[in-house]
This record gives sequence, C-alpha cells and structure tokens, in this order.
Amino acid sequence: MSLKHIDLLICCGSGCISAGALKIKERFHEVLKKHHATNEVNIIETGCMGPCDFGPVMVIYPEGIFYKHVTPDDVEEIVSEHFIKGRPVTRLMLQEEEKTFAVKQDVPFYQKQIKVALENCGYINPESLDEYIATGGYEALGTVLTQKTPQDVVDEMKASGLRGRGGGGFPTYIKWQMVHDNKADQKYIICNADEGDPGAFMDRSLLEGDPHRILEGMMIGAYAMGASEGFFYIRAEYPLAIKRIKMAIAQAKDMGLMGENIFDSGFSFDAEVRTGAGAFVCGEETALIHSIEGERGNPTPKPPYPALQGLWGKPTVVNNVETFGNIPTIFRKGAKWFSSMGTEKSPGTKVFALTGDIKNTGLVEVPMGTTLRELIFDVGGGMIGDHKFKAVQLGGPSGGCLTVEHLDTGVDYESLKERGSMMGSGGVIVMNEEKCMVNVAKFFMDFCVEESCGKCSPCRIGLKQMLAILDRITSGYGREGDIEELQRLGESISKLSLCGLGQTAPNPVLSTIRYFRDEYEAHIRDRSCSTKVCKDLMHFQIDKDKCIGCSLCARNCPAHCITGSREEKYLIHQVECIKCGNCFDVCPVKAIDKVPGIHPDTVAHRAELSKAVNHYEDL
Amino acid sequence: MYKEICAKYAPNKDNLIYILHDIQDTHPQHYVSSEAVHEISEYLTLPENHIYGVLTFYSMYSTTPRGKNIIRLCESPPCYIKGSYNILRKLKTLLGVGVGETTKDGNFTLELCACLGVCGNAPVMMINDDVYGDLSEEKVEDIIDKIRGRN
Repeated sequence: MSLKHIDLLICCGSGCISAGALKIKERFHEVLKKHHATNEVNIIETGCMGPCDFGPVMVIYPEGIFYKHVTPDDVEEIVSEHFIKGRPVTRLMLQEEEKTFAVKQDVPFYQKQIKVALENCGYINPESLDEYIATGGYEALGTVLTQKTPQDVVDEMKASGLRGRGGGGFPTYIKWQMVHDNKADQKYIICNADEGDPGAFMDRSLLEGDPHRILEGMMIGAYAMGASEGFFYIRAEYPLAIKRIKMAIAQAKDMGLMGENIFDSGFSFDAEVRTGAGAFVCGEETALIHSIEGERGNPTPKPPYPALQGLWGKPTVVNNVETFGNIPTIFRKGAKWFSSMGTEKSPGTKVFALTGDIKNTGLVEVPMGTTLRELIFDVGGGMIGDHKFKAVQLGGPSGGCLTVEHLDTGVDYESLKERGSMMGSGGVIVMNEEKCMVNVAKFFMDFCVEESCGKCSPCRIGLKQMLAILDRITSGYGREGDIEELQRLGESISKLSLCGLGQTAPNPVLSTIRYFRDEYEAHIRDRSCSTKVCKDLMHFQIDKDKCIGCSLCARNCPAHCITGSREEKYLIHQVECIKCGNCFDVCPVKAIDKVPGIHPDTVAHRAELSKAVNHYEDL
Repeated sequence: MYKEICAKYAPNKDNLIYILHDIQDTHPQHYVSSEAVHEISEYLTLPENHIYGVLTFYSMYSTTPRGKNIIRLCESPPCYIKGSYNILRKLKTLLGVGVGETTKDGNFTLELCACLGVCGNAPVMMINDDVYGDLSEEKVEDIIDKIRGRN
C-alpha cells in the first residue's frame, strides 16, 4: 500500500449512483492517468453521505472539501485545479445566501446531526474490512465475547434503553431477555432488512454503506441470546445491499471474526442472506419468518411470539437493521453515553429519510426529541421554492400526517403517537400547500389495499371499503356521513386486524381527517378541491382577455372539446373535457386557469344522467 | 434447463424462493412457466399448488412471459409527490404499452413497483438492476433511446 496525498471519497450510495456517481469515478481514473497522478490520489467508493439532493457528492481530504452536483465534465477541472494546483473549485461548493461552504463540517445539512448508526456511512469503503476495523470495528464484539456474560450484554442493552428502530419502538433488551431465558437446542437471530415503507431508505444505506457494523451488531445479539445462526432478510429490490452484506460475511469468516469458537470464547456463529420477492407485508416479523421458510409471507397471530416459537418453531429474535447499527457503538462507548442523548423514554439518535417537497432530501441522523422544525427547516433546509409547508407524513403508509401546529413537537415514539402519527421506520415525507390531503390519504390507502396479504378480513375487505369511499369523495360523489363512516371503519380495522399492516393502515386517513377535516368537507359538500389536484373536482377555463386565439390548445386537445376562432377566442366544452391538462401545458400566454370546483355545466350534465338512470331503474 | 437450476440448491422447502428467482432470471422472457413449476414440484416434493401459492403471492414473480428489459417505475408517495404520474404517462406513450404489458418487439415490459428506497432522488425507476433517479420526461426518453440502441 502506498501513501497518497489526497483521499477522494465519492459517495456511491444508491441515490448518487442513480445520479451518475460511477461514471464520475471512471472519469477520475482516466483523468488522473492522463495527468500521471494515479499515485497521488486514493479514490474511495463510500456509502451514502446523506444529502441525496446534492448528488453526486464527494469529499476530498485532507481538507474535507465538499463538492456537490458533480458531473463527468467537472472532473478535469477538479484534477488540474484542485489536485495539481491546490486551488479548490469554488463553483462546485455549496453556496447559499451568498455564503460558500467549503468543507463538509460547515455545511448546514450536517450541523445538527449526531451520527451513531451512520458513523461510518460515507466515510469508509464499505467493501473493506480493514477500514471498518480502523474505525474501531469489531472492538465491541471482542470485548463482549471475552469479558462479558450473555446476561451482562442484555443488562447493558437494558441500561442503554435502545428501542427497536423498525417502527414499533419495542425495547430491544426485552426480546433478547426472552430468548436468552428460553432453553432450546437451537435459536435464531434475524436481521429485518425488508424495508418497504415508502419514503424510508436508511436500512438500504446502512447495509450498503457499513455492512460490517450490522453484522457486528447481529453477532453481539446472537451471543447475548445464545443463537448460533443468523439470517439477513433483504428485499430483492436492493441488489447492492445483498452483495455488500454477502461480501462482509465472507470477509469476516476469512478473518476468523465469524465461524467456530470466535476469539476462543467458545461462541460460534454463522450467518446467511435470504431475499424477499416483493411483498411489503414481509416486514412484519411473523410474515418474514414464513417467507424464510419458503412459504407465502402471511402473518400469523401473536402469541406465540417469535421469541418463543419463531423460525422453524425455534426461539427467534427479529431486529431491524438500524437497531443492529446502534449496538456496536453502544458497547464501545457505553450504555450511559448512549442514553445521555435523546429523551428519557426514547434515548439515542434516530435516522430519518427526508423526502418530498423539501430542499435537502436525504438521510440524516439526529438525537431523539429534535423538533420537526429543526428537522425540516434547519437540517432539511426548508421548502423548495416559495412554497409553504403544509403537512408532513411520518412513518410511511402506517403513520399519520402532522401539520404546522406540530412543528415544535419533539420527534420521539411517545409524542408522535399522542398526535396520531408514528415513528415508523423514520420516513419523513414533507408536503407543500399544493398537495391535496384527501388525495394523499387515498394514495396511501391504495398502497395498503395493494399490499394487504388478504389473510384477515378486516384488512382485506375493510381497507377496500375505505378506499371506495375515498374514491367517491375525490371524484365528486361524496355523501354526508362519509367522514364518520371512514372513522368508524378505520377504528374497527385498527382494532381487529391480525398484523401491524392492517392495524396501522387507517392512520393516514384518520390523521388527515383529524387535522384537515375542512378539506374533506369541501370535497363532499362543495364538490371542490382547493388545491386543484383532484381532477374531478376542478376544471380548466380559458381567460378570454388573455387568449390570443392561436388555437394551440384546440389542436392539442385529445377530446376535441375546445372550439373557437382567432376573433372569438377559444372555449372549453366542460362536459366533454377529460382534464388531461394538455391545453394548460401548451398555452403560450398562460391564458388557461385551473379553477377549483366542478363546472356548473358538468353538474347539470351529471344530474341529467342520474335522472336517466333512475328512470331506467323505475322501468 | 430447469432441472439444472434446481440442482444448484438443496431440496429444501426454504430454497423455493431462490429457485424461483433463479429460474425467472435465467429465462430470456423473465417468467416462471408451468413446466418450471412442475419440475420444482418434483424436485422439492411439494404440491404444485403450494408453489403457485408462493409464486403468485410475491409481486416480483411473473407467470406470463415478459420483455427483455423490465422497467419498474416506483409508485410510492415520495415519487408521486415529485410527479411520477408524468413519467408514467411519458413511458406509456414512448413504449406504446400500458402497465403490465410488453412491447411488441419483446424489448420492454412496463411495471409499477413499491418503494425502491432511492426516495432522495424521486421520481425513480429501475430497469433490470440499474436505478435511474431524478427523472424528467426528457431524461426518460434519453434512457429508453439508449437501451433501444444497445439492442
């Protein structure tokens, strides 16, 4: 290994790869070769650095210069200016409000973050075991195996107060203690990486960016409960994560960190990777276990809990990726250090995935109890453009919407639950004032209907009914009492469903009714969608004063419902209009407006139709 | 061919999902045929109905032939908020097929899928194993053209 002057860390998380990071890496190799500088620069492919919106991003050490939105065409300049002449390229740095942020630690996005699980993500090469060890990796496993009894480990977990990061927030030590106390010839530990929550991608980033950490966390858990075999259940949609974790397992085995009698402690452990095949419900632990067994991923009633009867009937613990990601650091730095962060009931930090209409989308880690305002406006940089913040959906399709009045709520398990939302796996979908909450709720419901496994009737039939009502509300056929019916259905589905999917699926609808009831009422009573998102509850209109009579709209109308002439200007015949929006897009003078509410012509037409139907039925 | 694929795995029920993945990935039309199901059933000594039960439960498997390149557009809320419906419209017109359909030349199948976990770069689609992010209508046209040119 030769010592090189410059370390070039290129983010190769899935986000940056999709933005072209690999092409940039190749280009660097070419350009460095051309300048005969290959021996001067270490090109390191790291995991996700966090700010996906800036992608592709890179950090250059020793100074820690942070470049964003790099394209292959910028590579030549970086090499010749920065690497050779020592003059960093200012135009690629983050510039906000006339300030330039040259180095990574000054970038506002990183300011309020404390990285525990994400400590190494974006900092080391995930495919190198040496780099992981150099940052203190496997130190915790060594200490645990050689100096602690399994019960000590469980006690330390209890002291840390770590709660499951997958969504439920169940204290991790309780699961471990249960399996520890169960006597059985075989026990299993499973890492749940079936991350299905739309808007959450921390598990993927952790597995891709720091696979050894997850493996180490799993092994500490396995030792505590006496499991000799572990499984990583990873979604098939994450091919890179599967590859990286397989590689980590092979490296650990080679190094003797895994296998028989690890560190002469008498503890043996082996792990395997299992993949899913596209089923959201497999994130539920009993469904996941069935999927590993080669069955349909249907959940089964609890009890018996997996801790008693899990995989192949043996005591099993299922922990989330991020939970495992916290464990090595807890044992290296101590339970006290960990519980000093966050809130009393929810200690530590949490990884959030910021998405939606927010400036800095990406992956962040902040202490529990950080307010939504800090998360969205300080770390996330606020809303895109001049838009106003309207709502935030936490916890994916099982979570709930929160509004402006909750911005100062600290994010932890309890306070979110009190307000009708939930932590979930940490997906934060931010929405601006252009989003229709009824439509958003319908969208989430559609997702849950699609993903319901169909085993229990409240979820299979009930959710479909809720969707039907939402459908009718958004298409202008809502009735008085629909809101109450949605609430009644939602509450019974929550109580009666078999697994977490059904129990939480009504949350988006219930929480939007709670905070945006007026929008539901406007949809039903006034047949109007103020955000003009619901196509059936808005119409297009041509402003005759602005119209220049160019006929572009008429020529682009697939329904041929726009008529007129240069002199008379153009007119949309509302009854025939299919609301495709072509005219709106092509009008060169922006003479076409979107107007909330159904047009009176359409109302009259609908009334006539229903009269005809009634007449036909009477016959 | 199916026998050889099966033989790569121990004849245990828990290998069923991997055998199905392998068979589907190896088949030029990316699907699991009824002959394959029959072979697996014999190999694992499982009834065919069990195999069909698993096969049709998971959304990534197909029991009908599909195209050479499988386009999976993310239909999750973060992508929806960032306008995935426009991308879908564009894909439909570009390829001349609807969701779940294959182009006449057998080159593309258009599918929708649940979250791909690249929400920071929404809207996103996956073509085979490659993820494409920050999609715009122009970008989609470019990507499709490139793949068409490759074949």
